[in-house]
Amino acid sequence: MDWSVIATHLPFLMKGLWMSVKLATLVVIFAFPLACLIAVGRISSRSWIRYPSAIFVNTMRSNPLILIVFWFFFLVPIIIGRPVGDFASVMIGFIVFFSAYFTEIIRSGIQSVGRNQIQAGLSTGLTYFQTMRMIVLPQALRNMMPALITECVIVFQGTTIAYVVGLREFLNSTFLITEITLRPAELYTFAAIVYFVVCFAGSSLARQMEKRKVRT
Amino acid sequence: MTFKYDFDWPMLLEDPYKEWIIEGVTTTIYLSLLAWVIALTIGIIIGTIRMTRSPWLRFIGTAYVEFFRNIPLLVQLFVWFFVFPLMLPNDWMLSWNRLPHIPFITALLALSLFTAARVAEHIRSGISSIPKGQFDAARSSGLTEVQIYRYVIIPYAFRVMIPTIASEFLTIFKNSALTLTIGVSEITSSAKAIEAWSFHGIEAYSVASVTYMTTTATVVLFMGWLEHRLRIPGLIAKK
Repeated sequence: MDWSVIATHLPFLMKGLWMSVKLATLVVIFAFPLACLIAVGRISSRSWIRYPSAIFVNTMRSNPLILIVFWFFFLVPIIIGRPVGDFASVMIGFIVFFSAYFTEIIRSGIQSVGRNQIQAGLSTGLTYFQTMRMIVLPQALRNMMPALITECVIVFQGTTIAYVVGLREFLNSTFLITEITLRPAELYTFAAIVYFVVCFAGSSLARQMEKRKVRT
Repeated sequence: MTFKYDFDWPMLLEDPYKEWIIEGVTTTIYLSLLAWVIALTIGIIIGTIRMTRSPWLRFIGTAYVEFFRNIPLLVQLFVWFFVFPLMLPNDWMLSWNRLPHIPFITALLALSLFTAARVAEHIRSGISSIPKGQFDAARSSGLTEVQIYRYVIIPYAFRVMIPTIASEFLTIFKNSALTLTIGVSEITSSAKAIEAWSFHGIEAYSVASVTYMTTTATVVLFMGWLEHRLRIPGLIAKK
């Protein structure tokens, strides 16, 4: 074991980690609002909105992320008509894929708020949108917070899949350094530890919130 | 915005693409089924020891689950593939390297250990959902701790957990796509290879997507039926 290899290449690896964090953050920022829209579509009473939303969610959820990434990597340049770069293709694929998972979390969050809350809101003279904004959504958001954080951890873990298209995130950077230094044992162990620390922090936070939710 | 693409569906039935697809589908199904069985076995053991009274066993169970859940599967695959053989004693390493189908065995190992952690979590929440009276009744009829779990709690919890166990099979099925990174020729890698050879990405990836989606639909329907058949009266509401 020769751990100095990590110290030597630390700046390059950290650049990769930053890329992973950036990708995960952007994906969450874009996927969440998209998922809110689809979730509202999913519980809509109009079937021409409800069915397409359901088909979208189920299609995404029954395909592996890696395949979705390949699809988008292949399709996005064809549809747009010119190359758009690795980062954009991967990011679009991730956003579409994870918005389906966020949709299900948001939907169950909204449905966890009792119907009588909506009725009470409406009967005090609020409009439907006011009821949603001031009564349903704050409660729904609190209920789904632990699941949302867990999903963010999953998004972060999912960024490793960008490795397959050569995007230089943390795993890919680690891979490149092992190609040069031929020290896979140290480097992959280091990568595993870094991922573990970040994800463990995230999932512990989710667990804390889950406990607090039960108490109130 | 221009969409220029020449569709050529019949090419999928030609050699060598047809063989690649058949090999890919078979490998995916074979790998996921084997990994699922192993994951269920380990997951049940880990999930159960997390519910016992011994703090040491509970700690081992918790450590296992946290360890495997908080490292991305792709990283785990790489660790098993690149690092694990190096950690073995010399003569073991030689016999490991002499094994046939190392990528497949590595994939099986990684997938089942990873999924076992998820199964363990489901088992634990399944067991926690069992009313305390069942434990008391089992204990008062003179069963030992192991017997209580073997004959009363696990069969009971299992039926409550059918939906999650089914969804774990689907998770393994989808996660098996990641094993293409270490050279397992499952269906996504076949699709990728067809795309690389023919530049017909839409046809190629459609084959893979259809495989995943039909399997998902089949499992969901079958499990719905099974859940209905095995439901515990009074516990799972009639549809």
